[in-house]
Amino acid sequence: MPVAQATHGLGGLKDDPTKKSKPQELNVLIALIVIVAAFELVGRVFLGDSFLFNTRDNVDAIFNTARLQIIILQVSIVGIIALGVTQVIITGGIDLSSGSVVGATAMVTMSFAQTALVNGQPNPKAIFGDWAMDLPVLAPVLVGLGCGLFAGLINGALVAYTRIPPFIATLGMMVTARGFSRWWSNGNPISFPTESYGAIGKGMMPVLIFVALAVLFHLVLTQTKYGRHCYAIGSNEQAARMSGINVDRHKVLVFVIAGGLAALAAIVLSSKNLTAQAGMGVMYELDAIAMAVIGGVSLQGGRGSILGTVLGALIFGVIISGFTFLKLDAYYQEMVKGAIIVGAVVLDQWRQRGRSRG
Amino acid sequence: MSDIILETRGLTKRYGGVHALEDANFTLRRGEHVAVVGDNGAGKSTFVRQITAVEQKTAGQVFFDGQEVSFTGPLEAREAGIETVFQTLALADDLDVPANLFLGREIFRFRMGPFSVLDHKAMRARTLEALKTTAVKIPNVDNPIRNMSGGQRQCVAIARTAAFASKLVIMDEPTAALGVQETAQVENIIRGLKERGIPMVLISHNLRQVFDLVDRIVVFRRGRIVASLRKDETDGNDIVAYITGVKGNAEAAMA
Repeated sequence: MPVAQATHGLGGLKDDPTKKSKPQELNVLIALIVIVAAFELVGRVFLGDSFLFNTRDNVDAIFNTARLQIIILQVSIVGIIALGVTQVIITGGIDLSSGSVVGATAMVTMSFAQTALVNGQPNPKAIFGDWAMDLPVLAPVLVGLGCGLFAGLINGALVAYTRIPPFIATLGMMVTARGFSRWWSNGNPISFPTESYGAIGKGMMPVLIFVALAVLFHLVLTQTKYGRHCYAIGSNEQAARMSGINVDRHKVLVFVIAGGLAALAAIVLSSKNLTAQAGMGVMYELDAIAMAVIGGVSLQGGRGSILGTVLGALIFGVIISGFTFLKLDAYYQEMVKGAIIVGAVVLDQWRQRGRSRG
Repeated sequence: MSDIILETRGLTKRYGGVHALEDANFTLRRGEHVAVVGDNGAGKSTFVRQITAVEQKTAGQVFFDGQEVSFTGPLEAREAGIETVFQTLALADDLDVPANLFLGREIFRFRMGPFSVLDHKAMRARTLEALKTTAVKIPNVDNPIRNMSGGQRQCVAIARTAAFASKLVIMDEPTAALGVQETAQVENIIRGLKERGIPMVLISHNLRQVFDLVDRIVVFRRGRIVASLRKDETDGNDIVAYITGVKGNAEAAMA
């Protein structure tokens, strides 16, 4: 476009201005495919087994469906947390409290989901009296959601109104909520939920819930004022303020939603395990952040998407499954996970630098 | 309706003991384009910040559109009809052009509090329209503005101002960081505003530009207005004399 440049002064452009810029999720998808292919290749060469495809003759399926199910099932609960963390990071914040909020919420929720009789005997793990036994499933779910929303409200209010960095505010919540979950039942696990509560996280239910929430929040982030303002604040908080966006109120809302999603993860997790323990959800916050970062959500704020985070979660699941498939120790998984997180952030920084050079 | 759109009486701003702005009496008529010039630290930007309520004035009155106003923040000023291009760009780099134009005043398909659904189509259409009326050429409005040159981003900021301008436009050194061609484009936008009869206050260091664009030139020196001259009764040397203090003395403030 030399003519247009001469008349309208468009100098300094580095990429073809008429082309729509490539969606970043494409890179994450390619990374996912490459990693799957690598496991497939290594499996075929060294183990004589396929990672992705069904190799047993007695089952009539093209893919190894059991493995695919496990890949997505094992990341879906942390994935639910990651959906909230994604929104916090896009807004330019960070949430370190989600793992502890999962623990605290699971303890409280389970206390209201217990059944009175276990094999004809009174529930040995009962927390409250008879009044809290065999409540309709809605009761523990609402109590749990309330816990998460409340924790999120405190996080958000601290960040928005005391102006302390989100890192510190949510670090405080992380420690406090973990302490709360140990105090709640003096460190004892809470077990024996009602049948209807146990159904929430049964089988592939966590995956269904994760996918439904992912679709919902994808729409929220791309189609609503809330989503638009998340990106605006993360991109340039000063500009957002000058444009009349109520930045403080928005930040509170983002943390409340993240807290609510952590609570949902806690409900699904405690239902799936049929028990709640004080140590539930340890390190989940970091896994959730890692999923978002691997999925292209920039820690500088302003960039990323739910789609990216879902792809990041899948990469996470593939790597864990892949290591199990290759019969490598869990210790290696942790080490490689760490390296991948750092690598993803380094890549993000490079992209940033490449952009600002123009 | 009076002929005067903006008037300040005795507008004063002090930062501690520093008198950044002293007793500024200023008037702007409807349709008029006025330049505010002066050396660095003469009080030009301070003056604008008091009018747009980015800062709160120490003393004095501001009259806008016939009545006295005291905005509590820039948003209120904007809602009253004062659109401002600030020296620091108020743009979100990761959003595309329509999103930036409509930031904080989105168009919705239907309203549900914070989860109101955006009307992407309408905003895009009105963006293209606004770019057309302001003669700003952006190759692809759907790209995040991070990928654009400084000039293009400035044009987006100015197009936003021009598109929504209803009563008054204020520009604080809109071409300070721009190349020759980009400056020409911004100047065209300003001429477009003049044709549409929208009054403007232009802060600029560029006297060539000032004489090209505006009707009247107001000179600030050491926090005071030392001259207010119609373009045809002065020239560049005269203005420089006022700016440097060779002519006019700070006590003889004129309006």
